[in-house]
Amino acid sequence: MTDAARPPRFASIAAVRDGLRDVRYLADEGIAGVVYLADRLLKPVLVEGPAGTGKTQLAKSVAEMSGARLIRLQCYEGLDESKALYEWNYKKQLLRIQSQRVDEAAGGSWEDIEEDIFSEPFLLTRPLLEAIRATEPVVLLIDEVDRVEVETEALLLEVLSDYQVSIPELGTVTATQIPLVFLTSNNTRELSEALKRRCLFLHIDYPDLDREREIVLARVPGIAAELAEQIVRIVRSIRGMELKKHPSVSETLDWARTLVLLGVESVDAEVARDTLHVLLKYQSDIAKATKELGGPAPR
Amino acid sequence: MTTVVTGGGGFVDVLSGFVAELRAAGLPVSMTEHLDAMEAVRHVPLEDRLAFKYALGATLVKNDAHWRAFETIFDVYFSLRASGFVAGDLAAPEDGSLAVAETALFDAGRSAADVEMAGLSDDELMALLFEALRDGDDELLAVLARQAVDRFAGMEPGRPVGGTYYLYRTLRHLDLDGVRARLMASGGRAFGPQSGDAGRSDLADRLAREEFDARIERLRRQIEAEIRRRLVADRGAQAMAKSLRKPLPEDVDFMHATQEELASLRRAIQPLTRRLAVRLARKRRHGRRGPLDFRSTVRHSLSYGGVPADPQFRYPRPAKPEIVVLADISGSVAAFARFTLQLVYAICSQFSRVRSFVFIDGIDEVTSYFDGVEDIGHAIHRVNTEADVIWVDGHSDYGHALETFWTRWGQEITPRTSVILLGDARNNYHASQAWVAQELAKRARHVYWLNPEPRAYWDTGDSIVSQYGVFCDGVFECRNLRQLERFVDHLA
Repeated sequence: MTDAARPPRFASIAAVRDGLRDVRYLADEGIAGVVYLADRLLKPVLVEGPAGTGKTQLAKSVAEMSGARLIRLQCYEGLDESKALYEWNYKKQLLRIQSQRVDEAAGGSWEDIEEDIFSEPFLLTRPLLEAIRATEPVVLLIDEVDRVEVETEALLLEVLSDYQVSIPELGTVTATQIPLVFLTSNNTRELSEALKRRCLFLHIDYPDLDREREIVLARVPGIAAELAEQIVRIVRSIRGMELKKHPSVSETLDWARTLVLLGVESVDAEVARDTLHVLLKYQSDIAKATKELGGPAPR
Repeated sequence: MTTVVTGGGGFVDVLSGFVAELRAAGLPVSMTEHLDAMEAVRHVPLEDRLAFKYALGATLVKNDAHWRAFETIFDVYFSLRASGFVAGDLAAPEDGSLAVAETALFDAGRSAADVEMAGLSDDELMALLFEALRDGDDELLAVLARQAVDRFAGMEPGRPVGGTYYLYRTLRHLDLDGVRARLMASGGRAFGPQSGDAGRSDLADRLAREEFDARIERLRRQIEAEIRRRLVADRGAQAMAKSLRKPLPEDVDFMHATQEELASLRRAIQPLTRRLAVRLARKRRHGRRGPLDFRSTVRHSLSYGGVPADPQFRYPRPAKPEIVVLADISGSVAAFARFTLQLVYAICSQFSRVRSFVFIDGIDEVTSYFDGVEDIGHAIHRVNTEADVIWVDGHSDYGHALETFWTRWGQEITPRTSVILLGDARNNYHASQAWVAQELAKRARHVYWLNPEPRAYWDTGDSIVSQYGVFCDGVFECRNLRQLERFVDHLA
């Protein structure tokens, strides 16, 4: 661990939860607890769970709540060092060398150039290095980390455990402040043990009834409590079915917004049937849900 | 933060015991994680049970599928301790604070309500239970759960009976099915639209039923927890945790899985096949470099002033994998077969060219049954009822099934085909016709055999797996998810 300790950002678990609520993110006990611990233990958080349950939003909300800058690294297949950590600005280096040729007449030596072109002005920082070098508080979001190959994962290890980046030409850059790191994963593959070991693990599942209702009430302006209640009950019912893809929280919110826009006051089977396509994205799922929710086939 | 756990010897021991139990249950907890957990609990207030639990969970459990096992062990070690047990177990003086906190916790749960309730008759208790379920009064339910265990479980100290026995006795007295029916009759419309129109109330009924089911399930869990709490007090945490030990989802044997375990297996299969697809796709894209791509190289050279500094290569266009699955669906592997069919279905959804066959002593193609079906149950039903797999007597005959396969479909096996055979190779002493496996191996790209039996049973009795196995690229024991995963990794 580096010496760059920082005063804790959060006073208590309750403070985390209240703070997140202020930015309209409703955390349950587990989420708030793990965020709090991550801050105290200076460890990254690995967030897993079904799509659309607010994994990415958690990082954004924590940044917003603590007034920190959010630095985001979107992972994809083929992500490499030069996109994640740093890169030398070749073009600028080239220019520097060419301009040196002009200077050489004036008696500059090669050593000077070499020293010069591998120095900070020629370094392009990428998200990870940027998060390490930032002087202000930073929240680093490494999104969908399961998309990179196992080999690339190793790139992250040094940053995550020691909060430092080694650049052969420059030496080791150590964090001036320890960023709060969130990694999200959709679990398309098993992450390596080494990565998991360095992180706190947080699984965000679909919220329970009460929490989802609160989320709907907080996120959808002008919705009646009664309607919200019905919506989350029907969504829970649909999640109980065997579908290709279950409705996520974001889809619940979309559905709630749709119903508010349509001026619906109470959801009955007919309304549910006509608007199910907002909630479900596969035709076979819609057909199945329609059948199970009762009433004749649509149209 | 009010109380901070000072790393006293007693607490360290309890946590070590806890970690040892996690490891015994099969969770991979490393040394670092153990230390992290020690560090983490310093930062959470001890009386906040939930925070304490999540602190341990976040540091020790790195796989969601293991959460359930963790929760059970946590309950045994930390939540359910009765006061007497803690006092005895943590006698070390520096842990006085811990023991006191534990005692207070336990006593706080037993409120005046318990005392009051002890005076009620059984019928009155049932009436109260009904009301609590109807109104969703969780606090009252917790008290009622304790009360019910007091009265109906008939627990005797030192009796070597499992918790399920007591649970069964308690639930039998409560008659929750009857309660559910009465709940539905009384307040069934409370949660849906208020309209009295009979045609529309299906939805309301469904929602009400689910709500009541959820509440009854909560009650059931509370009763179960209460019984465990008492058993822990009686026998000690270690013995209790041991008796509750269950295999992790990836270690559940396909052949002996319970209904509930099968459901969780089914959920686990989907990501596994997705992973398989992702892996194959990646393999295909990042394969060996092909010949120089002249056009692209010239295009890229422009940024270097016409010097081809960055040669581009053409990647070989990979063939799409063709998969042929042959699955035994006879009685001896029935549980496995159901699972196999789910696997086949999952594979079908990821790969475009999959052909599936099922056999007992005859063989039939069932590819079309899986085509575009949304309900796997439906497809399995069709396979079981419509597929023509019985030739003589409906006892497995691998020899005849393979021979028939070879004569009818053998021509369609190409060097791009991977053949996967699923079965225990218990041939009822028929002729093996192993030459078919040899021919398959000659013609196909790969032939794999997955056997749901433990390796120790292979080639005992009428099992002739090695007669086929010598011709296959690999014979794999495939009894649980972990082994299946290993096979997938091998394949990709």
